[in-house]
Amino acid sequence: MPRSALTGTRIRERRSLEGLKQADLARTVGISPAYLNLIEHNRRRIGGKLLVDLARELKVEVSALTEGAQAPLIDGLKNAVAESGAVQYPIETDRIEEFAGRFSGWAGLVVQQREQITTLERRVEALSDRLAHDPFLSDALHEVISTVTAIRSTAGILNNGGDIDPEWQVRFHRNMYEDSQRLAMGSQALVRYLDTVGKVDEAPNAPLDEVERWLASTAYALPDLDVDTDGHGAADANLDADLVGASQSDLLTSPAARSMAARWLTRARADAAMMPIETVEEVLTTRGPDPAALAQRTGADLAAAMRRLATLPPAEGRADLGLVTCDGSGTLTFRKPLDGFAPPRFGAACPLWPLYQALLRPLAPVRRVIEQMGQPPRQFLAYAVCQPVAQAGFDAPEVVEATMLFVPMDAATAALPNGHSLTAAQVSGDVVEVGTNCRVCARAGCPARREPSLLAMEHSSS
Amino acid sequence: MSKRVLLIEDEPNIIEAIRFILSRDGWIVETHSDGATAVAAVGKKRPDIVILDVMLPGKSGFDILRELRCDADHANLPILMLTARGQKKDRDMAQAAGVSAFMTKPFSNSDMLDAVNALVSEQRVDLTVADAPRDE
Repeated sequence: MPRSALTGTRIRERRSLEGLKQADLARTVGISPAYLNLIEHNRRRIGGKLLVDLARELKVEVSALTEGAQAPLIDGLKNAVAESGAVQYPIETDRIEEFAGRFSGWAGLVVQQREQITTLERRVEALSDRLAHDPFLSDALHEVISTVTAIRSTAGILNNGGDIDPEWQVRFHRNMYEDSQRLAMGSQALVRYLDTVGKVDEAPNAPLDEVERWLASTAYALPDLDVDTDGHGAADANLDADLVGASQSDLLTSPAARSMAARWLTRARADAAMMPIETVEEVLTTRGPDPAALAQRTGADLAAAMRRLATLPPAEGRADLGLVTCDGSGTLTFRKPLDGFAPPRFGAACPLWPLYQALLRPLAPVRRVIEQMGQPPRQFLAYAVCQPVAQAGFDAPEVVEATMLFVPMDAATAALPNGHSLTAAQVSGDVVEVGTNCRVCARAGCPARREPSLLAMEHSSS
Repeated sequence: MSKRVLLIEDEPNIIEAIRFILSRDGWIVETHSDGATAVAAVGKKRPDIVILDVMLPGKSGFDILRELRCDADHANLPILMLTARGQKKDRDMAQAAGVSAFMTKPFSNSDMLDAVNALVSEQRVDLTVADAPRDE
């Protein structure tokens, strides 16, 4: 059964499935039928003991009523609010869930239109950037204007009558003829060039978005990577470029995205060769999704182990893990989101992420339990490390990449074999409360806040 | 004595047209096409007025203008700047660097003549005023 959007709706669905009357269910949990009706129509927030009671009566886990499909829609709406700028009417940010639940079609439209607007804005930006800075365009226009200047001036002389030496007349006619040809060629080149604007390199999305959609279409794992583990699968950059080119994926339209995808494939292939699937499975069984264990077992570096764990083909009982990487500027260079932890698509992320803590101290691994704000809050076990990417010698600038693997807390604990549990010693420090992006994060009193939240500080009191 | 103009421009056919128009008006027209050596050429040829293109090989017209203005010898030299872009940014930059007048390509021949002659007569007026105290 497809799970529907919201807690209230799920309670209603679950109740009818159980064949319970609204009034009967209300009585057993000690609320009025009218109040339950409001809850079921997502017009009242529900949590705490009442939710636990309802879940018990409906014979489901609390999480079955609260987690899941509504998150993307609500995240999308929050982003729409954050990016809306000045609005004519105040937005009821405290009623996002109610809106998403009662008008899921309209809410979906809002989210979809926000994405379209962002796409269009990026396109306009790219085009105006091109007009202002494109060297070819600037040269071509200069050429056209220079030629027109010469033609206008020469034609003016010839047209003005008066005494013009026949020799000069011939010369000016010849100049004009030459310049008109130059003008014709120059303007044709310009038209040809302008024709390509909007066709190549002007894909509506950033190349990284294309690569991520391409990877998402295969659940972030490329199955053929694991076919060949006897050494023939060794990374070959040219081969990968060919492969990506040959795939003719609709999702990889721009040359930039194809080149990034080829680079990703090359690295993933090298990771897979270093950490064959059998070995990975063995480590998963004995040690759980622990990148350090995998790294120790295979000799791979920690970042490679994190990438490998996050991009395994889906399998029975294998938890889905999230991954982000960033470069030395903090710019996110790869994002594999998880339900409840979606790295921002635009703008900067939360500086409290272990990813950035690792960036501060290259080569020192960081492990933290992080809590993402949300309804309900989600905990993840995050591993992060920052490593140099280029071994370019002593004079070269230092180029680093930070990688963070995040494991849903239940997967992190459930996957551990008997006798193992996550102890305080394993996870240094307390739970770190993080967000995704300041604008959509309502965490009050955050020491790392860059800018005020655009959401109501609804959780500040609790 | 004829007035002398130095045209710093690298488009041969523009040079030819401007040379013709100004010569017919009684000017002695000298030309220079390399941006890198343009400042030296001004020093050597000592023109009454300079017509300076912005886009030149070797050095930009803006840089040439700044260098000329830094030299006391050329501080009051009338300089007419030609540019393919009439953007405000370029005009502001030229004005800040001390340009005397500004002309956007493509121009009409009569505009060019008017601008050059106006600059020289202004210069005469300025010189008279400047010279006055010394004559006393």
